[in-house]
Amino acid sequence: MRNKLRSFLTTLGMIFGVGAVIATVAIGEGARSAVEAAFASMGTNLLVVLPGTTTSGGARGGSGTQPTLTWDDLKAIRSELPSVRYAVAVLRSGSQVLSEDANWTTQVQGTEPDFFEIRNWPMLLGTRFTQSDVDAGTKVVVLGATVADKLFGPNANPVGQLVRIRNIPFQVVAVAGRKGQSPFGQDYDDAVFIPLTTYMAKVQGGLQKFIAGQILITGVTAARAETDVTALLRDRHNLRGGDDDFSIRNLAEVASAQEESSRTVSLLLAIVAGVSLLVGGIGIMNIMLVSVTERTREIGTRMAIGARGMDILMQFLVEAVTLATLGGLLGIAFGVLTARWMTSLFHWPVLFRADVILVSVVFSALVGVVFGLYPAQKASRLDPIEALRFE
Amino acid sequence: MAPLIALEDVAKTYRMGDVEVRALRGVSLAIEKGEFVAIMGQSGSGKSTLMNVIGCLDRPTAGRYWLDGLEVSALSRDQLAGIRNRTLGFVFQSFNLLSRTSALENVELPLLYAGLARQQRHAQARVALERVGLGDRMDHTPSQLSGGQQQRVAIARALVNGPRVILADEPTGNLDSRTSVEVMALFQELGRGGITVVLVTHEADVATYAGRVVVLKDGRLQSDRRQNPAPAVVPPGEEAA
Repeated sequence: MRNKLRSFLTTLGMIFGVGAVIATVAIGEGARSAVEAAFASMGTNLLVVLPGTTTSGGARGGSGTQPTLTWDDLKAIRSELPSVRYAVAVLRSGSQVLSEDANWTTQVQGTEPDFFEIRNWPMLLGTRFTQSDVDAGTKVVVLGATVADKLFGPNANPVGQLVRIRNIPFQVVAVAGRKGQSPFGQDYDDAVFIPLTTYMAKVQGGLQKFIAGQILITGVTAARAETDVTALLRDRHNLRGGDDDFSIRNLAEVASAQEESSRTVSLLLAIVAGVSLLVGGIGIMNIMLVSVTERTREIGTRMAIGARGMDILMQFLVEAVTLATLGGLLGIAFGVLTARWMTSLFHWPVLFRADVILVSVVFSALVGVVFGLYPAQKASRLDPIEALRFE
Repeated sequence: MAPLIALEDVAKTYRMGDVEVRALRGVSLAIEKGEFVAIMGQSGSGKSTLMNVIGCLDRPTAGRYWLDGLEVSALSRDQLAGIRNRTLGFVFQSFNLLSRTSALENVELPLLYAGLARQQRHAQARVALERVGLGDRMDHTPSQLSGGQQQRVAIARALVNGPRVILADEPTGNLDSRTSVEVMALFQELGRGGITVVLVTHEADVATYAGRVVVLKDGRLQSDRRQNPAPAVVPPGEEAA
């Protein structure tokens, strides 16, 4: 306490330790919230059901190559499972789309209005197609924002205009709101959406009994819906002992796997931070031991004029805690500055959490208690006579 | 009336490695309220050990010790700290003031350990400093005070709790002769106010100011005589800075 430079050097360990915690947690939390936002834009509690695979000559074709999902399966999922909130088929293929004076190759998706509910996807302009459009198979289209830009130029309003898909004119009824990229880098807005029936009649052709695409499901909870859909499909496909002839991707699981990996990173960082706090604490213990030795006579004097062991203990403990807490507070400032600097340097998103900062302060104080206790105890147990005699 | 300090056959044996050091070999001594006693003896005579026992810093290995009617030889460490705080006051050869701490705060320290509130500490410390003639130097740190002034701050610190006994270990050892006389005058004045002063010294001329001189040799009382104390009159001249 008496020597400012020495006190500062002592707290450096704490400053770096706490600073590292604050900066890394801020960066980690920033990344996590960015990933969370990305998954939320895909839709929450989302399941994707894919048909099974073909196997020819030992080479397995991968998910979705063997049509196994039927329209009756979809109806059954909708009607029989209370754990499923929405279920729609999505059929897609790449195709060129033309406006009056531009063209763009994009993904044409045939689906039903609930699709936009599942994806939690509002319209930017116009009104999306309805169930009656699906029932009647009208030739209307919802453009993704990227496609609208490419065909009509940015900031244009293409609602009411015509576009051609496979040489068939479709009327633009809406432009979907901008959603950005998926967690895997795919542009959600580079697609157009037409009623499912229209897609099947005008785009797909061929076998219509099976769903040549995927089923998107929103469950009340993803896990529950996944169990129920699996059981239903296995029952309907009569798969008593055999493997599933379909696969379900639980995006909540993907998200939680992402979170798991970020947790692992966080844990590693926490260990690093813990080690540096340990080093900081040892620094404080070291300087407190020096201080106790230097001030032996003072301790003896204090004891002679009536300080009890507890008084001396508290004096040194308070000093250690003050040092550690001060280090912690400086460390927080250091960590915040470092994180901000990282943001400006690499454009990483950072998120400061009040609870983390509070915990850091409490933890620093705790480090002071833990590492100050031994020197303080040593001081409090000195023999006053020997302490007074100490040169 | 029972004496303020009563030692009955007090012995103290230290063990330093394999060697037993018998610092006190049975000392009996009674000191009344208001007495000014000088304990003398050569180094190794046991006078410091006796001082530590009387000062409740050390416990005798044998014998009994009553202070103000309370037998203290059986008390715990914390109880002894309480006695040192309330009943005793210490003055050291090298003053033992906290550096970088004002005179006032130094004097307040015993009151802090007594658990007094801040305002009361201030008020009592002020009175004590004025009593030793340092009312105008309260905010000075020890490095801004002369040796004599520092010792007077230390005496104020010993006085501030209203003790029954003041124990002074070579209080003039680091002072010039002029300031020594000043300090001794202060002790004589305290004695007239009813405070018992026990002084350890090896300087014969310092002992002349006491009303009673106890000489120790090899851990035993060699002599114990009362005398007319020499008046501590500060020689005329400039006030020591």
